[in-house]
Amino acid sequence: MKHARVAYGGAVHQATAHAQGLRLADGRIVAEDEVVWLPPVEPGTIIALGINYADHRKELAKELTLGAKDEPLAFLKGPNALVGHRGVTRRPADAGFMHYECELAVVIGRVTKKVKRADAMQHVAGYTVANDYAIRDYLENWYRPNLRVKNRDGFTAIGPWLVDTADVPDPHALELRTLVNGEIRQRGNTRDLIDDIPALIEYLSSFMTLSPSDVILTGTPEGVVNVDVGDEVVCEIDGIGRLVNTIVGDERP
Amino acid sequence: MLHIDDILAWPRGSAVPLDRPLAHWQALAGSVPGFHVPRIGTVYGTLLNHRAALAALGDAVHQPPYKAPPKAPVLYIKPRNTHIGHGDAIVVPEGMEALEIGATLGIVIGRTACRVSESDALSVVAGYTVCNDVSVPHASYYRPSLRFKCRDSFLPIGPWIVGARGVRHPDALSITVTLDGRVVQRADIGGMFRPVARLIADVTEFMTLAPGDVLMLGVPAGAPRARAGQRVGIDIEGIGRLENPLMAEDAA
Repeated sequence: MKHARVAYGGAVHQATAHAQGLRLADGRIVAEDEVVWLPPVEPGTIIALGINYADHRKELAKELTLGAKDEPLAFLKGPNALVGHRGVTRRPADAGFMHYECELAVVIGRVTKKVKRADAMQHVAGYTVANDYAIRDYLENWYRPNLRVKNRDGFTAIGPWLVDTADVPDPHALELRTLVNGEIRQRGNTRDLIDDIPALIEYLSSFMTLSPSDVILTGTPEGVVNVDVGDEVVCEIDGIGRLVNTIVGDERP
Repeated sequence: MLHIDDILAWPRGSAVPLDRPLAHWQALAGSVPGFHVPRIGTVYGTLLNHRAALAALGDAVHQPPYKAPPKAPVLYIKPRNTHIGHGDAIVVPEGMEALEIGATLGIVIGRTACRVSESDALSVVAGYTVCNDVSVPHASYYRPSLRFKCRDSFLPIGPWIVGARGVRHPDALSITVTLDGRVVQRADIGGMFRPVARLIADVTEFMTLAPGDVLMLGVPAGAPRARAGQRVGIDIEGIGRLENPLMAEDAA
């Protein structure tokens, strides 16, 4: 089943996918463009992975100060960063290089503490698509990448659907792509994850307890390019969803 | 009768939080089983805000991998699995001799704060609390490390929140850390690159803080270390005393 959270008629609703759009929990059927799409989960802890595709690692190699990666590069994000499907993300006027990152997002479904690889997938509730923006100009070498780069308001588009694990037979064989104004700019496949989903769950839960609605953003493949005000950025993952976001300006009153 | 100086605190064993004067809670703190974690949202920490703490790194801040001292506030998140209350045990992971005790002021946000100016910043503060930003000691600040800062029980917080109007000068408080009653660190909250109002302004320039979020001001230089079996206490003048035992993981 595919689940969504939407605003419709002045209230927030849980909804599921329907042939004509969405079916609200109260039974009404509404079209996809009649609702405001909210992030499909109200997140607990949001964990993001950096440099988790071999090709993206190569792409960044020139600016990496340190050598071989000995453990997953993970960092956290606050709830302020999330924005739903068909939302907008602000590009600050002084940014020179702002890019998208199409990522498979894993939503945790059970309390997860010191779970081994073999059992890890039982702790996943489902999957969604995330677009985790960054501004490279703002990178500094302290707890890099820091929150000013990655945790700006609205910098993580997520959705449209939370897809149950039962409907995703193999999450490690999904093609991802990003289209900017209709042109494919990024392409990858989750089979190329350096640390796959069970590895990430085993690693993280070895020192921190994960809980239902915690979210793991698994990283992005190569092909990140600058986006400008007015660009429509679409992140697609086969079988999971198609997430639309538009870049807007940073005008102040 | 409700007094204007009352503090809402939630001792374990009580079904609900209770209003009592600060002096009442301070007298009681040693004899109750503990306090629940205050109702809070996301907790953000600030790395190396204390001038002496950055100075202690010496010339290394200009060398690789850092290449330059930080310009923007360097933030990190202490996620919900880290939050524990006054009296709860800090778990020392297997094979680790000692943990770093990061005594710091917790600024509790009272209303949605986005692009707040420095002159308005204190008006978004609901109050202040005591935080123990526990870490596995680590020498490199190049990469964020969840393994060092986000382990279960690594953020004792509380025992309560003192309302902002009860704290006239949040940048002029003193912090004392004790281990089994012996003083191991004394520091002034002054001496920050970004005092409370400046930090709120610089952080809300790019991210919105929500009511209940906590922004930790920064750990002063000379953070002490503690071992399993010891009891750590953090006093912040006028706010309260946060006490927690440290327990070895295999005993948990």
